[in-house]
Amino acid sequence: MKTISLEQAVELIPDGASVMVGGFMGVGTPECLMDELVRQGRRGLTVIGNDTARPGRGIGKLVASGVASRAIVSHIGLNPETQKKMISGEMEVELVPQGTLIERIRAGGFGLGGVLTPTGVGTTVEEGKRKIEVDGAEYLLETALTADFALVEAFLSDYYGNLTYALTGRNFNPVIAMAARTVIVNAAHIVPVGMIAPDHVVTPAVLVDYVVAHQ
Amino acid sequence: MDPQTLIAMRIAQELKPGMLVNLGIGIPTLVANYVPAGMRIYFQSENGLIGTGPIPEEGMREALLTDAAGMPVSALPGACTFDSAMSFGLIRGGHLDVTVLGGLQLDERGQLANWTIPGKMVPGMGGAMDLVTGAKRVIVAMQHSAKGASKIVKQLTLPPTSSRTVHLVVTELAVIAFEDGVATLRETAPGVSVQQVLAATDAALTVPGEVPQMHIEGADS
Repeated sequence: MKTISLEQAVELIPDGASVMVGGFMGVGTPECLMDELVRQGRRGLTVIGNDTARPGRGIGKLVASGVASRAIVSHIGLNPETQKKMISGEMEVELVPQGTLIERIRAGGFGLGGVLTPTGVGTTVEEGKRKIEVDGAEYLLETALTADFALVEAFLSDYYGNLTYALTGRNFNPVIAMAARTVIVNAAHIVPVGMIAPDHVVTPAVLVDYVVAHQ
Repeated sequence: MDPQTLIAMRIAQELKPGMLVNLGIGIPTLVANYVPAGMRIYFQSENGLIGTGPIPEEGMREALLTDAAGMPVSALPGACTFDSAMSFGLIRGGHLDVTVLGGLQLDERGQLANWTIPGKMVPGMGGAMDLVTGAKRVIVAMQHSAKGASKIVKQLTLPPTSSRTVHLVVTELAVIAFEDGVATLRETAPGVSVQQVLAATDAALTVPGEVPQMHIEGADS
């Protein structure tokens, strides 16, 4: 793990990169990284996350400012800006059932080619996918997802980058930290090594490339 | 009594001590208000919480303790939090006893459409498809009709949420169970006749010899 300034961390992310972003309706989203992406005027990002939050919050900031040109998410219902941009063709949106989305990301991080899920069988979600029968039940083959970057929001990071999360701020964060080539963490608090007991570390430091404290 | 309160009160009667229950947005959320005091139900929020409690007092709201709509909640004693893979493992893996969801349409076998109106409303399915596919028991909370048209129809005109059928629907007029591909009228609302339910329903309903009325405290019969 390396320490780095917020500006330098975000400069690592080129136009057109794929980024997984933690958070659920903006709760547990690394807002400093969102704001800095907007400030640096990044373009053409593929954003993978649970939802596009609300206008002015979390991934919603990337939508409104035109940073994101594509989103792979499960829900856009509380962000009219995403819906508008999807309908006008300004943004490409792939809607994925929530449990399938997180499992595709988990599969990516765990070295699996994909998962078999009953979710989506008999719905529009099955279009173009392989259906596989196992012991008489039908499943969809949902392929793994990985990304260039994971933008993770943590509650605590020690100096090595061991992470814990708080309450419902955990959501996608520990899962995306497994599934991206470069992991950038925005931590609410930086604490000395040993403050997080080994049993309480959720994301091991070896997965973390950069940590930036909340600004 | 307004229709939403009636529906929520009736569905609360389906919950038993110790159950893990997920409530959707809208009428389903109200169900938690009518669980008898002292009965321990584990409410799950799919954003990663078991033990979801009421909205906290002003000044006690924590930005990192929210429901699936991102709104502040409290956590009850014994609550626990986890990541989204665990949350949907609970849902899809058959660990969730009951899910209560809203509905746009139900067909007469119990297949549900509740996530999109193509061309009009495209919010994304969120967790709805996983919930309907994975929960042990699926209960739909919805008004019987929309704009004068029955929401319980012969055939869906909207895209289905799952190939799996739901178990029960509670409306302001009736309780209808779906078993073996058949819709059966189980109860009528206080003051509502079997004929009124049949007249308001497009789908074919099986009517047993005796159809009791819902027992709802404070409702006029």
